[in-house]
Amino acid sequence: MTALLETRGLKAYYGPTPVLHGVDLEVEAGGITALLGANGAGKTTLLRAICAMVRREGEVRFADRALDGLATEDVVRLGVAHVPDGRGTFVHLTVEENLRLGAYTRADWARVAGDFERVYAYFPRLRERRRQQAGTLSGGEQQMLAISRALMLSPKLLLLDEPSFGLAPLVVKDIFRILRTINREESVSMLVVEQNATLALDLADHAYLLETGRVVMSGTAARIRGDESVRKSYLGY
Amino acid sequence: MTAFLHQIFSGLASGGIYASVALALVLIYQATHLVNFAQGEMAMFATYIAWALVQAGLPYWPAFLITLGIAFTGGVVIERVIIRPFDKAPVLASVCVFIGLLSIFNSLAGFIFTYTIKTFPSPFAERAWYGTRFLSPHETGEIAVTLALLVLVYAFFRFTPLGLAMRAAAQNPASSRLVGIRVGWMLALGWGLAAAAGAVAGMMAAPIVYLEPNMMGGVLLYGFAGALLGGIDNPWGAVLGGFIVGVLENLAGGYVVGADLKLTAALVIIVGVLVIRPSGLFGRPIATRV
Repeated sequence: MTALLETRGLKAYYGPTPVLHGVDLEVEAGGITALLGANGAGKTTLLRAICAMVRREGEVRFADRALDGLATEDVVRLGVAHVPDGRGTFVHLTVEENLRLGAYTRADWARVAGDFERVYAYFPRLRERRRQQAGTLSGGEQQMLAISRALMLSPKLLLLDEPSFGLAPLVVKDIFRILRTINREESVSMLVVEQNATLALDLADHAYLLETGRVVMSGTAARIRGDESVRKSYLGY
Repeated sequence: MTAFLHQIFSGLASGGIYASVALALVLIYQATHLVNFAQGEMAMFATYIAWALVQAGLPYWPAFLITLGIAFTGGVVIERVIIRPFDKAPVLASVCVFIGLLSIFNSLAGFIFTYTIKTFPSPFAERAWYGTRFLSPHETGEIAVTLALLVLVYAFFRFTPLGLAMRAAAQNPASSRLVGIRVGWMLALGWGLAAAAGAVAGMMAAPIVYLEPNMMGGVLLYGFAGALLGGIDNPWGAVLGGFIVGVLENLAGGYVVGADLKLTAALVIIVGVLVIRPSGLFGRPIATRV
């Protein structure tokens, strides 16, 4: 397996304050990588740094291409779809308009029409509510919309920031099942930030553990799950 | 009664001009939450360009369209070159830039075209079937042009991918970048559209108020009052507000304060709206679940 996404010595800053102190990370093509860590470890910042949403130093490579100097919208155009923290839906636009925006950069309109059907098949609730303002959806529906909007880009890599945040357990189960399907059937690679380590390790094949802006442990999901200290600190048993 | 109806209709006619200015203000306000005080002077300058084109021998409508193109391009260039650097500056800095632009355009127009008052042609014949007892053909035509402008702007935002992207960029710039929208260019496009809408207002106003560098001063104030009254984040509301202000202004001028003091009506409306209903008549807050 080759790495689809690779960071080398990645540093990120909010103003003058460094938040990441040189992170090396790889996401395999076709794989799901989980990013674990406590609040403030820098997980969200790492996703933002990949998309050039914060000031960064170090190397980011995607699909054998250096991303240095690219703006967020250019990184997106290469096939990186980011479902941000807080979901980032356009709350004043309708569900359908949100999805149309997801496909904004695409020129293959015939396939876009098919992708509408595809995401509506994954999330039938969205089809029912396609004319409704996104802001009136429930939290779970908004998360479904955020993921669907990202899929409308027809991405190679999906960056997911806490997809389970604030959702009922049943909804979370549903969403994670669909994420697994998307990964297997459409070979979309994923980098998932998740507070819920059990959930993340079940979904992912590889995992990284971040502490205060540094990678302190990495390996296959099975290995991380089996680690004594991870079990105590993050899995809670 | 006839005099009263006459006041109402000529109020609608000037209201059409205020509505175009209000629309221009809203186009920029939606994206940046700033009121472009230079909107009126930009419109005035565009009107001078139209005048020069007509003087050079061009028929009215080609001159009209070329002026719209020049105004649009000018608006885009102004955003990119002058406004862009103040992207992250405090609001007051932007306000200073707008006021600077206002006086630059005003002086430039005086310098190039002199301060002598000029007549500006109307594209609508003096006697035509669409003239009525209450509205001259120019007034009828001008209202029609305003409504056409509104329909075009609405269709653009509602039905085209670019219009959708501009709405998205105005609402949520961060998420817009994440779907690949070039937010900076959307702002520039908004400036271009606003400048073009303003140019329409200028060219429709000029046959009535005559062409001179200060012609849009009062119009901008009425347009701003209209935008505030209708709801400065709602293009429909702003246009309707423009028409309402036009009528109110005329009635106040005709029956209450007299023609000399009618500009105060605009100020009274501005203060009244800000005190009683800051979101305007149609600037409804949108329900959001959090």
